[in-house]
Amino acid sequence: MKRTPLYDEHLKLKARIVEFGGWEMPVFYTNVIDEHKTTRTKAGLFDICHMGEFIVRGKQAAEFVQCIITNDINKLTEGKAFYTAMCNEQGGVVDDLFVYKMSESEFMLVVNAGNIEKDFLWLKKHINSYDVELKDVSERTAKLDLQGPNSEAILQKMVNYDLSRLERFHFVKIKVDGILATVSRTGYTGEDGFELYFDSAHAKEIWNSILLKGKELGIKPIGLGARDTLRIEACYSLYGHELSEGLSPFEAGTGFVVKLDKPAFVGKAALERIKDKSSRNIVAFEMIDKGVPRQGYEVFFGEERVGAVTSGTMSPTLQKGLGLALMDVNVLLGSEILINIRHKLYKAKIVKRPFYSYKGG
Amino acid sequence: MKVVEGLKYSKDHEWVKVEGGIATIGVSDFAQQQLTDVVFVELPEKGKQAEQGKTMGVIESVKSVSDVFAPVSGEIIEVNTKLSDSPELINNDPYGEGWIAKVKIKDKAELDSLLGHEEYAKTCESH
Repeated sequence: MKRTPLYDEHLKLKARIVEFGGWEMPVFYTNVIDEHKTTRTKAGLFDICHMGEFIVRGKQAAEFVQCIITNDINKLTEGKAFYTAMCNEQGGVVDDLFVYKMSESEFMLVVNAGNIEKDFLWLKKHINSYDVELKDVSERTAKLDLQGPNSEAILQKMVNYDLSRLERFHFVKIKVDGILATVSRTGYTGEDGFELYFDSAHAKEIWNSILLKGKELGIKPIGLGARDTLRIEACYSLYGHELSEGLSPFEAGTGFVVKLDKPAFVGKAALERIKDKSSRNIVAFEMIDKGVPRQGYEVFFGEERVGAVTSGTMSPTLQKGLGLALMDVNVLLGSEILINIRHKLYKAKIVKRPFYSYKGG
Repeated sequence: MKVVEGLKYSKDHEWVKVEGGIATIGVSDFAQQQLTDVVFVELPEKGKQAEQGKTMGVIESVKSVSDVFAPVSGEIIEVNTKLSDSPELINNDPYGEGWIAKVKIKDKAELDSLLGHEEYAKTCESH
């Protein structure tokens, strides 16, 4: 089992540790609801060192990245990042990732922890004759997410850069407490916030410094439990839940990352066939009856089994059970569905995504 | 962690308070600390028979689903319906307002298989 450089800090903070994608990670420090609310109202700090970072560098870096992702690399300017998918030939999602344009000839790819090895092999396999260098820098890269309405005020204490100038999905390379870091205005919570990437040798000092400097603004360390409930409320997909190799981005509700008008890329032909033709789709639903939906629970429409829950939770913000489900058929917004919880059917209804709209600027 | 004197405990962290032939059942302070934020309680059904060691209800936290095992057998004569709207009572007052059900004890001998408070406290420490 792998550990991040912050493992000992989590133990000192009395975190409950769980296994996640081959990593021993904190699931919570106090409890999920408290940490969730702290992130929504003040600020939360997340150890995301387990995620993977690859560097693609070279004359043909842009062309190479363009051919393996579904989004259009030409939409990125230097200092900008976007969300995208990487698909297989069948249009299924190999992984979802963030691409950062560091320069005309260098990109950083941020991938899911559980997919690092698979993704690296996938990229290597497609490198062919492209004149690029591909490096997995996951081990030496620390990643911390600082999220919540007080994030800017907290980080501002540690940098000589006017953070109010940094727009969403943009990033800068600046010193944070004297340590050079890539700081992007991005996140996975539905709140304003930042993601910080820097040399993992400094993980502990930056982690502790942010917690100390943010103390008067209510910051707390946040575990993966609240990370999950926060992203479910914001309806952000999670690989292994809403996303998989057997499902296309169109069906997963992330079709906005597929640009079919760009030149050839892996999976394009299949995606052109699937678009508007598959009836499978991910929907958001909220419970009418009291109950907590969870991954794997069956979904019924009348008598018919029409799908399964991909993610579910009791929402700390909305105080009710809600979730996402993969449906085999199109069921209209507002329709009543049934969730099979321990062999009993509980009423729920299909609602518009997201449950919680982005609250940043 | 609080262990209350005078109650009997199961190894699965349920407590039993015996008054007359009636057992009031709940989960211990240790259990609620392990569960953390309780967000849903599936109560046993009134009138049904509870069977020692078998599932009689479910407690869910944000991240987990845990069974409540009947510490004694007998007819369920009352359930704490307050838990439907306020599941957090299990966290706030596990030995009081967070009680789960009352059972008409079928066989008093079953109580002998339960732990006293000192013995139970020791079991928790070894976790």
